[in-house]
Amino acid sequence: MNRRDFVLGSLRTAAGVGLLGLGLGLYSRQASSLPAWALRPPGALDEDRFNGACIRCGLCVRDCPFEMLHLARLEQPIPTGTPYFIARDAGCEMCEDIPCVVACPTNALDHALTDINDADMGLAIVSDQEACIAFQGLRCEVCYNICPLRDDAITLDLEQNLRSGKHARFIPVVHSEHCTGCGKCEEACILDEAAIKVLPRHLIQGELGKHYRLGWEQQQQAGGALVAPDAEHRYNLPEGMRYEHGGEGLIEDSTPFPSNPLDTLNKP
Amino acid sequence: MTISRREFIKAQAALAAAAVAGVSLPLGVLSAARQTPPPDADIRWDKAPCRFCGTGCSVLVGTKDGKVIASQGDPDAPVNRGLNCIKGYFLPKILYGRDRLTQPLLRKKDGVFDKEGNFEAVSWDEAFDVMAEHWKKAIKRSQAENKGKSVDEMTSRVGMFGSGQWTVWEGYAASKLLKGGLRSNNLDPNARHCMASAVGAFMRAFGIDEPMGCYDDLEHADVFVLWGANMAEMHPILWSRLTDTRLSRPDCEVHVLSTFEHRCYELADNPIIFTPQTDLAILNYIANHIIQTKSYNKDFIDKHVQFETATTDIGYGLRPEHPLEQKAANAGVGKKLPSSFEAFAKQVAPYTLEYVSELSGVPQDKLLRLAKAYADPNKKVSSFWTMGFNQHTRGVWVNGSCYNVHLLMGKISEPGNSPFSLTGQPSACGTAREVGTFAHRLPADLVVKNPEHRAFAEQIWKLPDGTIPGKVGYHAVLMHRMMKDGLMNCYWQMCNNNMQASPNLNEESYPGWRNPEVFVTVSDPYPTVSAQAADLVLPTAMWVEKEGAYGNAERRTQFWREQTAAPGQSKSDLWQIMEFAKRFKVEEVWPPALIEQVPEYAGKTLYEVLYANGQVDAFPYEGQITDSRGNQYPNHESQDFGYYVQKGLFEEYRRFNSAPDILKKGHEMAQFQAYHETRGLRWPVIDGKETLWRFREGYDPHVAQFNPEVEKGDVYFYGNKNGRANIIFAPYEPPAESPDEEFDLWLCTGRVLEHWHSGSMTRRVPELYRAVPDAVIYMSKDDAKQRRLRDGQMATISSRRGTIKARVETRGRNRPPNGLVFVPWFDANRLVNKLTLDATDPLSKETDYKKCACKVERA
Repeated sequence: MNRRDFVLGSLRTAAGVGLLGLGLGLYSRQASSLPAWALRPPGALDEDRFNGACIRCGLCVRDCPFEMLHLARLEQPIPTGTPYFIARDAGCEMCEDIPCVVACPTNALDHALTDINDADMGLAIVSDQEACIAFQGLRCEVCYNICPLRDDAITLDLEQNLRSGKHARFIPVVHSEHCTGCGKCEEACILDEAAIKVLPRHLIQGELGKHYRLGWEQQQQAGGALVAPDAEHRYNLPEGMRYEHGGEGLIEDSTPFPSNPLDTLNKP
Repeated sequence: MTISRREFIKAQAALAAAAVAGVSLPLGVLSAARQTPPPDADIRWDKAPCRFCGTGCSVLVGTKDGKVIASQGDPDAPVNRGLNCIKGYFLPKILYGRDRLTQPLLRKKDGVFDKEGNFEAVSWDEAFDVMAEHWKKAIKRSQAENKGKSVDEMTSRVGMFGSGQWTVWEGYAASKLLKGGLRSNNLDPNARHCMASAVGAFMRAFGIDEPMGCYDDLEHADVFVLWGANMAEMHPILWSRLTDTRLSRPDCEVHVLSTFEHRCYELADNPIIFTPQTDLAILNYIANHIIQTKSYNKDFIDKHVQFETATTDIGYGLRPEHPLEQKAANAGVGKKLPSSFEAFAKQVAPYTLEYVSELSGVPQDKLLRLAKAYADPNKKVSSFWTMGFNQHTRGVWVNGSCYNVHLLMGKISEPGNSPFSLTGQPSACGTAREVGTFAHRLPADLVVKNPEHRAFAEQIWKLPDGTIPGKVGYHAVLMHRMMKDGLMNCYWQMCNNNMQASPNLNEESYPGWRNPEVFVTVSDPYPTVSAQAADLVLPTAMWVEKEGAYGNAERRTQFWREQTAAPGQSKSDLWQIMEFAKRFKVEEVWPPALIEQVPEYAGKTLYEVLYANGQVDAFPYEGQITDSRGNQYPNHESQDFGYYVQKGLFEEYRRFNSAPDILKKGHEMAQFQAYHETRGLRWPVIDGKETLWRFREGYDPHVAQFNPEVEKGDVYFYGNKNGRANIIFAPYEPPAESPDEEFDLWLCTGRVLEHWHSGSMTRRVPELYRAVPDAVIYMSKDDAKQRRLRDGQMATISSRRGTIKARVETRGRNRPPNGLVFVPWFDANRLVNKLTLDATDPLSKETDYKKCACKVERA
């Protein structure tokens, strides 16, 4: 083996190792990022720290009474051996004693989570208002009905159905401060493709401009006007008229009788 | 808990890094962040009206460490109930654009002023010295020219261009300085470009300015008719009220008329696109329909209406040598002639359904549906209009023709029956109109032409008899002509951006401003297009950097306190006006004959005569302003002048509209302090009570005062001596410029929701700039295709006066019909006023920004 062959051979080896390394690196990078359709069990640390802390023991999966947790397999784009669930297949039942968290030996599922209602597995979003039949005025409300935090995490906005002219629409609205991302709504959605989905919070949650507040919410929280309340308004009004300042505006205090008694007496 | 600045920055950095990396924070942190934060304990909140459109929403302004850091819609405000539009949402950010002007800047070469020099920072003293030198020179020339002339013939070479965005006292102080001090009626507001036609029509029909109704009409009407008003974008919060009524009130219907389809058409039950200028004919058709079908309210007409007819063929407000003016038989003549119901019926008779449908391009069934809505005695109709009516070479006429229709039916001055002229600007009513900063006006609907009115103003202002000139000054467009011709030599623009607004920039305004014989001062917070074209730029405090008052479109006057200091050496327009007045001794501006009447004024400055006059300086300043909760606020003008300036000016102003001996009743206002304690009051305010609907017994106490015999609930139009409103016939006359073979398209200009006027504030809010960065040419797909233009492609658009480039938009929010393009004017990078024609309504002198001829070609 001459010097030339040695150098070339070494280079080949180095290049090969480099390629393998690159491939491994790419794989591991992909494997350490969680796809949007897979959700972590309650109490999971943020994804980087979770992957460091989880020892792939499978105890959480074993202890889930509803068998909705799975361990990622090698061919899945999820770090192998880590627990996940798919909301559409089976959402988290939000056990009060949170057995999966209790089972976790490493705190990858944070033991500080003691109230399941504080869990943050993801966030539900009404992702397709065209498909969602509630927006058409149909009485569905399945997602609302099944929501473990109904009236907190999902509420219904009542609106007039202008098409039918005589019905209301019951529009589901998700409230991000209460939604735990359990996935029951997505699981239960009666459409062929769910119109409400649970996704990682950072993918979908918006944020109000830091400078802006909703005046009526702040007023409610403060229990009154943040500034001096409006002084009393008085108006020039004809008899029988009142003005309500809170939004109703002009009000006629009507009775079935005309103001002029002669109109009643001389009625033909 | 205390947190050091360092820790705070670290925490912020961690949050920012986490956000950028897309990683989620540990559970504890996240769930804490997810809770809605409680009302911030360390923020001082106070109320202020929004400084954008004429709606007059109220916001709460949150200040911390001397900086406005937060805002919210005011939940207690009757107009907006806690809501804002997207401009109002970003109000705090308009204060903090990174290129705020902080010191006076003067064009200089070799250390001295030079019209061709570059801008250099100077002190306020130097700025005012140089400015005063030019003004005094010009005033001297005027004095020489006025020798031997009567007060009714006087002219002046100095002038000021003010604003419907000025605070009430800024307009008032300016009016005093110009008309009372410098003896120049060359004071006009940008409301000339905006509201002048509405004012003209109010005066002609009712003898008193501003709407009889109020925003409560939005909840009481059965039928809404929009005439050239894109409320969906320009009055967003009012539009959501109108929409709610349409959605919730049975049988409510919305008619929308415009020359192109815009956002309001989403709600239109009767969408109407008409050929530009034919609104005149459509209104006459409706009047004709009402008469032909005998639907008119005969009783109302007999008792409350007088018929007149307008002088016709009045020209287009162009320069007198323009062929169109030469051709016009009665150029500029506003005289009305007496008429009768029968004569009126005859005049509108030619406006048949067939003829008007043909002329306007509107299908007959749509016109008929519209006419029937007005003619139905059981339907309450509210008509709303803005710039489509006002920016019109027959703006006064078309406003008036709408009143004609309402008056024929008696549908006026009661809840839901309301012809309603909406204002564009936050204080077009409060400042430009009520204070009277127009070239022909004095406060509270008084006019300079009337010697009795002048004498009244002189008496309140403690000025010698004959101080205020009687000749109407130069209006906005005429000012530029006079500057170009060298007949007006000093011009001070405040609180607006006329170089971007004024029509025909290339031929009139720019040559006027850059005329070597002219000295132009611009007061502005930002380096606008106007500032670029000026000689002296003065850094200006804006919005809540000063104490202010605005009057919105429903006669509601709203106050706010100074919340925060303006950056650098910036000062409010009010401070600038009053400080500049110190530069003039009465001897330099008044002839000896005037001073002889008031020897005690000899040697005094205009500041002393006009402001330190025992009235304006009557209220002490305690070093800060304190609200009812004990919060303290600065007030930089009062700090500098040593008395409560705003209160003094407002209380003196009230002598015009609220004192017992006033000349024109009907504009009464409450005392200064009352407005700091309410979310605004709608005038006339009488014994503390607001007035919602004017001219109707029961709602308006003036009615019984003027006409003790009035029947219960009946109307009396007390603005006119005979108590009657005028129905004034005006015909259809063609526009000043129409498309032809070469310039084959109509050009209409206007605004968009996201940007306020010339964009000098809203384009400095990054989020709004990102939302709508550039003006585009809205055009029809057919027109684009014909010109081989695709959506998004750059095109040149030109008129006889200039050319600009912009991208083509065929799928946008505005959908013009074939033959018309719409270009917004907010974009300083493409000045659409290079294209527009300086044709004005000869009566109101308001420019028609909605109609001229243009062509669009591939760039």
